[in-house]
Amino acid sequence: MIDAKIPEGNLADKWSNYKDSSKLINPANRKKLDIIVVGTGLAGSSCAATLAEQGYNVKSFCFQDSARRAHSVAAQGGVNAAKNYKNDGDSVYRMFYDTIKGGDFRSREANVYRLAECSMALIDQAVAQGVPFAREYAGYLSNRSFGGVQVSRTFYARGQTGQQLLLGAYQALMRQESLGKVKTYTRHEMLDLVLVDGKARGIIARNLETGEIERHAANAVVLATGGYGKVYYLSTLAMGCNTSAIWRAHKKGAFMSGVSWIQFHPTCLPQIGETQSKLTLMSESLRNDGRIWVPKKAGDDRVPNEIPEEERDYYLERRYPTFGNLSPRDISSRAAKERIDAGCGVGPMKNAVCLDFSKAIKEQGRNKIEEKYGNLFRMYEKINGVDAYKEPMLISPAAHFTMGGLWVDYNLMTTIPGLFALGEANFSDHGANRLGANSLLQSCVDGYFIAPYTIPNFLSAELKGAKVTADHPAFDEAEKLVREQLNRFLNVQGHLSADHFHKTLGKLLYDKCGLSRTKESLKQAIVEIKALKKSFDHDLKITGDDQVNSELEKAGRVSDFLELGELMCYDALQREESCGAHFREEFQTADGEAVRNDEDFCYVSAWEWMGEDSEPELHKEPLVFETVKLTVRSYK
Amino acid sequence: MKLYLKIWRQEHRESKGDMVSYEVEGISEHMSFLEMLDLLNERLIKKGERVIEFDHDCREGICGACGMMINGRAHGPLSGTTTCQLHMRSFKDGETVYIEPFRAAAFPVLRDLKIDRSAFDHIIQSGGYVSASTGQAPESNSILIAHDTTEAAFDAAACIGCGACVATCKNSSAALFTSAKITHLVLLPQGKLESADRIIQMVNQMDEEGFGHCSNTEACEVECPQEISALHIGRMNYEYNKALLIRK
Repeated sequence: MIDAKIPEGNLADKWSNYKDSSKLINPANRKKLDIIVVGTGLAGSSCAATLAEQGYNVKSFCFQDSARRAHSVAAQGGVNAAKNYKNDGDSVYRMFYDTIKGGDFRSREANVYRLAECSMALIDQAVAQGVPFAREYAGYLSNRSFGGVQVSRTFYARGQTGQQLLLGAYQALMRQESLGKVKTYTRHEMLDLVLVDGKARGIIARNLETGEIERHAANAVVLATGGYGKVYYLSTLAMGCNTSAIWRAHKKGAFMSGVSWIQFHPTCLPQIGETQSKLTLMSESLRNDGRIWVPKKAGDDRVPNEIPEEERDYYLERRYPTFGNLSPRDISSRAAKERIDAGCGVGPMKNAVCLDFSKAIKEQGRNKIEEKYGNLFRMYEKINGVDAYKEPMLISPAAHFTMGGLWVDYNLMTTIPGLFALGEANFSDHGANRLGANSLLQSCVDGYFIAPYTIPNFLSAELKGAKVTADHPAFDEAEKLVREQLNRFLNVQGHLSADHFHKTLGKLLYDKCGLSRTKESLKQAIVEIKALKKSFDHDLKITGDDQVNSELEKAGRVSDFLELGELMCYDALQREESCGAHFREEFQTADGEAVRNDEDFCYVSAWEWMGEDSEPELHKEPLVFETVKLTVRSYK
Repeated sequence: MKLYLKIWRQEHRESKGDMVSYEVEGISEHMSFLEMLDLLNERLIKKGERVIEFDHDCREGICGACGMMINGRAHGPLSGTTTCQLHMRSFKDGETVYIEPFRAAAFPVLRDLKIDRSAFDHIIQSGGYVSASTGQAPESNSILIAHDTTEAAFDAAACIGCGACVATCKNSSAALFTSAKITHLVLLPQGKLESADRIIQMVNQMDEEGFGHCSNTEACEVECPQEISALHIGRMNYEYNKALLIRK
């Protein structure tokens, strides 16, 4: 059994107790300590900047050409905080409860409470940095609602909240760079984690311009490398999003949790062709004013505007009258899939549902809708050539957010001492389903407010030890293996591109380990992935050299996705219940709702890598609920 | 449809590049421009040739990674659109399309269409921030900001840092990029105390990076995918002169 190291005391006091008793490092000693932060999204940038402000030496890595481009930039809708500015009954406890319930009671109480507790400070911090959150005419901050809650606690900057928050964090990072406390390494990809005496002591990184393999040593390593939803190839993620940093840490001994818990976002643009590379997300905030429907009749070929009101099925309003169009993401996505599978889908591939603004435009006027969602309507028109003020948007669920990731304890430390995982890269706060606008929050809170307490607590014991340098034999060994793998990719000279394998894997996972899964489909998927891996080893073809070579970069990422995909299936297979985003068809009620099994599965699954040819080993962290009562999660 | 492409190929920073011709058949109008290049690359791999290197990431118009000159226009023919959001329905069957990197002395080419835009990071490092360390923030509603002020600041803050403004400017000026950040921050009450220093440092850094001066053609505004207004450049000049006076 693994220990989450949750502090003693009442739920509301745990984090204060932790901070009061955590060890400190005096400012003169901080500059003797080096920290590597991989990833420059919200979690990575905020953590790197904050640690540098405290006086540590930070090295920051990203594969993009600038820290400002990390995929947090694409988050649209907003960030939650229990400020209760609307006086509508919000509180830290209520936000905690919404998040625990939204995650289908598969997350840790203590972590989730801390997330809600730190949410207010994050809004303060972002405003102080100059993030232009939406304001009322009197100058106060404005809020809106998001799925799965009945209060308005979401702060937003038009449909570009992620961009604005990230620019705040990026600018804080650039400020530390100018002060000499952070050194940023852009166009660098981490290719391995280096362990010395069982502790994380550095990384091997590849300079993506020169191809040089570099060694970087440190007293602690932070992975803030985002989610791995790109494993499905078609997803809302950026093309470069990958699992490589966390997967290579996993292979060095860090456990992975909730691996198959992947959120399918209900409001994305549907696939329309085989060469498509991306399923663009349209913010969930659209569901505040848009109504979701499909034709009542299966196989209805009329264009949406020709289908009269009485022949439309507003299935979310019908099935979940309390939450309606703002039902949580997992439920909304599954309900869409249910209707699409029943033959009621719309669009050229019959794989979409309508998101209709005609009522909102009639009631509020086009100007109001334009002010709230103008950029989203413009984006829709750019991609589809359709004016959504005149006809409904066509939307469809797409792979989006990974609740799973590296297992971390309350310190956000993985099972490898000195290795921390922040933001979407860890599994911690969202259970089996994440609520909208909690992702920006979690990455910021991890980076600004949690890791800067827990990392020094760990480092306080490191001052006495000898300083590890990059000429330690462990670096030789890691570098050698990295070079061997790169050479292997270049030398296979088969006949299929890395994208071919990625697309094949993605399709397979969508069908067999996607919005719903069965024992059969998962077992089959494991067999097929093993075969695909074999083919990858023999048939991969990389052209070009070992310098700027996007195909070589892809090969490494796809190789890791293949192994991860297999673990996703093991994870989904082992968990014989339906919870949140994990929907096993065998475990559902007569009317298609998920059946959770608290008696047998009220734990976090933490998987240990046992080598290429062995099955992963399961460890369990029991989830103990001291404050909330486990209930059936209903939004009816 | 079928297109005739002329694409800039260059091995390294120092090497000499040239335009290479490619014929691409089987293009669908629904493809994005980058998906069309994916298709070409897939075929180049089959033939054993090195792929065309280009920067891209989010493919939804917000990360600012992609950007190329398409038929001489930054991000191609549409206004307010990044290369990744440009779709092939904007092109005609049989058309010849010229694809080049964003060119500027401050943006060296790394390979093919990939360029080094770290000069933008340096401009931000020189002062494009509010110096509010974590933990120092006051209660957020204690800073009141008028709705219209926030909206105006947002309009400037929406810059994605792609470099289209520089690439399209005959002087390779980074005035739009720099002025957008200056406007974003100068409109807000946060960080007011450091604004004079910020503006002078950012403008000086812009010059140091090797960007040219602005001669007010406003081509940058035309090509900016976020439609950032060239009026910010006027504000930058005003604020710069004001800052010089204040500092005296």
